Amino acid sequence: MESALGLHRFHFAFTITFHYVFAQFSMGLALLIFILKTLGLRTGREHYDRAARFWIRIFAITFVLGVVTGIPMEFQFGTNWARFARAAGGVIGQTLAMEGVFAFFLESTFIGLLLFGEKRLSRTAHWAVSLLLWLGTWLSAYFILATNAWMQHPVGYKILPGGDIQLESLRALLLNPWLGWMFLHNQFGTVVTAGFVMASIGAFYLLTGKHVEYGRTFVRLGAVAAGIASILMLVPTGDMQGQNVARHQPATLAAMEGLFETQEGAPVAIVGQPDMEKLRLDNPLYVPRLLSFLTYRRWTAEVKGLDAFPRDQWPDQIPLLYYSYHIMVGLGTIFIAVSLVTFYKLWRRRLFDSRRWLWVLLLMAPFPFIANTAGWMTAELGRQPWLIYGVMRTSEGASFNVSSGNTLFTLIGFMGMYAVLSILFLYLCYREIDHGPEPARSGSPS
Amino acid sequence: METLWFWLVALMITMYVLLDGFDLGAGALHWLAARDESGRRQILRSIGPVWDGNEVWLLAAGGTLYFAFPALYASSFSGFYLPLMIVLWLLILRGAAIEFRSHVRNPVWIPFWDAVFAGASALLAVFFGAALGNVVRGVPLDAEGHFFLPLWTNWAPGPDPGILDWYTVLAGVTALAALVHHGALWITLKTGDPVSSRARRLAGLFWYAALGLTLVLTGATFRVQPHIPERLAAQPWGYVFAALALGGLFWSLWQRRRGEDAAAFLGSCAYLAGMLASVAFGLYPYVLPSVSDPRLGLTIYNAATGAYGMRVALYWWIPGMILVAVYTWFTYKRFAGKVSLEEEGY
Repeated sequence: MESALGLHRFHFAFTITFHYVFAQFSMGLALLIFILKTLGLRTGREHYDRAARFWIRIFAITFVLGVVTGIPMEFQFGTNWARFARAAGGVIGQTLAMEGVFAFFLESTFIGLLLFGEKRLSRTAHWAVSLLLWLGTWLSAYFILATNAWMQHPVGYKILPGGDIQLESLRALLLNPWLGWMFLHNQFGTVVTAGFVMASIGAFYLLTGKHVEYGRTFVRLGAVAAGIASILMLVPTGDMQGQNVARHQPATLAAMEGLFETQEGAPVAIVGQPDMEKLRLDNPLYVPRLLSFLTYRRWTAEVKGLDAFPRDQWPDQIPLLYYSYHIMVGLGTIFIAVSLVTFYKLWRRRLFDSRRWLWVLLLMAPFPFIANTAGWMTAELGRQPWLIYGVMRTSEGASFNVSSGNTLFTLIGFMGMYAVLSILFLYLCYREIDHGPEPARSGSPS
Repeated sequence: METLWFWLVALMITMYVLLDGFDLGAGALHWLAARDESGRRQILRSIGPVWDGNEVWLLAAGGTLYFAFPALYASSFSGFYLPLMIVLWLLILRGAAIEFRSHVRNPVWIPFWDAVFAGASALLAVFFGAALGNVVRGVPLDAEGHFFLPLWTNWAPGPDPGILDWYTVLAGVTALAALVHHGALWITLKTGDPVSSRARRLAGLFWYAALGLTLVLTGATFRVQPHIPERLAAQPWGYVFAALALGGLFWSLWQRRRGEDAAAFLGSCAYLAGMLASVAFGLYPYVLPSVSDPRLGLTIYNAATGAYGMRVALYWWIPGMILVAVYTWFTYKRFAGKVSLEEEGY
């Protein structure tokens, strides 16, 4: 059974991680496209409309991959997590169905109009379409995060004698106290991704001397958006998210921080590897008392370590959780540092001549994807051993009627399929980037 | 309340079949209907702005099924694990094919994606039909309401069935014929000649296939699932749905011959809706019958969520669906009329 459970977990983790590469990029990009369309509408300059059209082409490829890799996610609740679906479907099915009814229809309608409707719509109407598409993608995230927030911090439900979980308050489900900060934190994360990718491609154009005007626009918009979002990810959203974890999932906090022993004036470990045999961090590098301050706003406050919790309440992948969290925070810090330097150079009007710094921006592109993935791994591994925190264990939720052989078969299938999709995605994006924002290649495809 | 949600889910599934049905059918047919690149681009163009929205009906119906009947969702999705995963792969390939084909102009690239598009579309139609066949036939549910079906066993509907047996394959082939007919009428309506007239001829061909297979399948269904004739005997008003299906099919024949392409397409919609409503009516109150002990079957009562959940969901479902109707109307109005390749997309 153990291996079947492990395969079901890996099946979901793999498919959702791959899906979220595209989802995060398209959600952030939807906002940036809306900003470009707004600039185009306000200045009346064709430059911004062409820039928007270029990103809409990239968006279309990303969006389709987000859609087709997203469909398996809803299915997998039933296929691979039948026990969970059966027990909790009456609750989380609500938010998943709402996502379909309110967000997916909105998105699919307006992506069609955004891609195919520019000539049939007025300029203002096409701008409004980009606004609605952006709202649709973020609304989608809201409902999905409401689902996840309920698993992290269940509210508004009751458990029947047979073990089925029933909804008691839709209001509580949609206004879960866990949800607000999580939503903002996550959405700013998508802006960091799209912003750095846009800046990176802008830097590529400036460094290669092609499409230089567009390069400047992309670097300026991308870097400013990513910079503002990076700062907002730290304060207030990351901080408040951390407070929620400390209050509601104290064992998770201890595991994330690698804090094995309860202590007053607990430090933050910057470096160090969790040793699960000796229950300590190897070669740790600490900032003293910082964790106490961050958690309770007092330098000497007591923070509970893992020793304060019974073993069966510990997350089951502590080193991976610890690394995910540290990678997320480390990269977030780098994003803020890079952004501050970029802001300074923009302010002194030195950015576009500084080849060295453009190289830095060029190379930033992959890292926000890693940071966002690590952030989600922190949330999901941190919730373990619970599927619904405090209510249902992950080991109780899988489809026991699906054998490990069948799960492995479909996992391999998804891996192969997604490998092909990755190659195609990179190839098609490369073609678009290489061609650039200027219109009119002869026999332009539809 | 359970009955209301049963029919609402049935309605959403019907909308999915009517809408995604025509783009699946058009996809399966596009190699036959269009002999050159410009013809194929017309067909793709006719579904380009809408296929993604059509597919959303599947997700919305799935989500609604999930919260209204969680036990059914859990049991059927895990029990039909293998075919569902294959459906997912086909949906992925098909979406990728539609999006990717026109990005590179190359005599290898385009036919490759066209073949993927046609093959995935046709197989999806077959799998959806077979899925419905499985639900009608029933599955070997255990006392906890779980089961797992291999792809095939002895190809016969019996106590130990597989996903594919002669009955479900028949249902799949019928679905393919019905959706290809549906898609052919869509192409006729949305494209210019010569594609349009070719599609009209093909619709004529597939009309006979759909009619013949429908009659055979109905006879087989009455044998495989005796609950359906019993229901009809007890409540003969259920024959309206069958009448709607047959009436729609013949209406579409008549209108097609008159050259009223839009009316012919609507006739095909009525046919598909009548077929699905007949199945829903015939199975009610079952949602997943058992092949062995009928008491183990899942019904709308033992699979439903609590009363609060079903009541509160109406408060968002109804306004949500009104919004959806507005978007759908808006999109189809914006892209009304025959497609033109003059105005390129993006």
